[in-house]
Amino acid sequence: MLPRPQSHSAALGPGCTGPSLANPTPLGLEPRPVRHASQAPACGAEAFVVDPVALANGQPRKHTQYPYVTGTSVLGITYKDGVLLASDTLGAYGSTKRYKAFERLRKVNDACVVGASGELSDFQFIMRLLEELSDDDFCMDDGHRLKPAEVHSYLTRVLYNRRNKMDPLWNSIVVGGFYAGKPFLGTVGMIGTSYTDAHLATGFGNHLARPLMREKHRPDMSEEEATALMHECLKVCYYRDKNSINRFQLAKVTADGVSVSEPFALETKWGYKLFQDPAANAVGTW
Amino acid sequence: MGTTIMAASYDGGVVMGADSRTSTGSYIANRVTDKITSLTDSIYICRSGSAADTQNLSRYVTWFLEQHGQELGDEPAVQTAAKLAQMMAYQNKNFLQAGLIVAGWDKQEGGSVYAIPLGATLVKVPFTIGGSGSAYIYGLCDKLWRPNMSEEECRAFVIKAVGHAMARDGSSGGCIRTVTISKEGVKRTFTPGDLVPVAAGELPPPRRAPPVQA
Repeated sequence: MLPRPQSHSAALGPGCTGPSLANPTPLGLEPRPVRHASQAPACGAEAFVVDPVALANGQPRKHTQYPYVTGTSVLGITYKDGVLLASDTLGAYGSTKRYKAFERLRKVNDACVVGASGELSDFQFIMRLLEELSDDDFCMDDGHRLKPAEVHSYLTRVLYNRRNKMDPLWNSIVVGGFYAGKPFLGTVGMIGTSYTDAHLATGFGNHLARPLMREKHRPDMSEEEATALMHECLKVCYYRDKNSINRFQLAKVTADGVSVSEPFALETKWGYKLFQDPAANAVGTW
Repeated sequence: MGTTIMAASYDGGVVMGADSRTSTGSYIANRVTDKITSLTDSIYICRSGSAADTQNLSRYVTWFLEQHGQELGDEPAVQTAAKLAQMMAYQNKNFLQAGLIVAGWDKQEGGSVYAIPLGATLVKVPFTIGGSGSAYIYGLCDKLWRPNMSEEECRAFVIKAVGHAMARDGSSGGCIRTVTISKEGVKRTFTPGDLVPVAAGELPPPRRAPPVQA
């Protein structure tokens, strides 16, 4: 049970950590060990180890989880110079607003940012996978780094693979980046649904924010216009999503790199007379 | 294991607290449990959830930390202990029911508190509460907590909060144990059940002989 780097073995597929017997394979750095068994896979891991639990009962393996600590919507838009991602900083535990300073937008490298909603421990796992890939790239020291589209594609394979093993990573991810002069914005769902678009959202954001984005988004928006649109979308998500708090972060990816803002709050409007006394003309207070 | 556990950092270290009740169904299997377990001399863990799961996980983490400490030639960092516990909890998340709080003192960071709730998210926090009793004291802790308290203020905060949780949660009760970890070392206190602050609506117990030394 000794903690080891996660396995990136092809035998188990992306994103699956095998039993501790599976050897981790940093890409290309270790010389391939001599394989004595002709049937052993050449990918670097030991031969696929079947889950002993599945053998024991004769039942197929079933691991579907339940989410515990969750994040709510992540929003993303492209604009003239890059992409903006936004989310609040809440880790909710059911209906309890449990952890109020959880960063759900994380930098992957200077060209790419990832944001996640859903189970936050699985997001921490996904960040670890991405960090390990980035570390391998860094150690190769050839100037290459993961492109945003590669990160998106990799996460698609990870989430779809886990879905096929009935053991999903319970997240909806937004990948935002800027590469070769063009902004990139993609999403991956927990069952492996994957697509790119000019503006995206997860969870409640799809219902609350996307309509605003469809109205106001233009691909040649300036940064100020894009930020103003994001603030509008974040505000409506805070008004209407119970599992949210008035503490947000904005992540920007442009040709100059990645910047994740300090947490901020937005002004909210409650001072309408009809809000104060909504049933003025009614018999009861409903 | 219904429980109330908490840990809070103060200026110079951390104070961890817990009740002492272990229940199997309605029966109180152990009324003087020690739920604050040591992982190293200056890192402790508060355990809630399944007693078996958390006891075994603590033993694994202690074992690895000991080896790691010997390789390092120094005391392990609190972050390392917390990460180890989280990795173990995460990789076995479908089988375990464990809500953990890892806290302690190391030279790099001073006092730190890490929460590992169900699902095995790892999050560093200035203070945290856990277990079934914690539901009753969110409001109280939000009101009373301040950063940079003194050691005595922090310990009083922990004892008051755990006491209030025990007052309303049937799965928490017995005595209040605290463990204070700082540069100076580890200090344990024990508040026996009849000296726990009396809950509203309940009667103070009859006078007793001078309190037992902790």
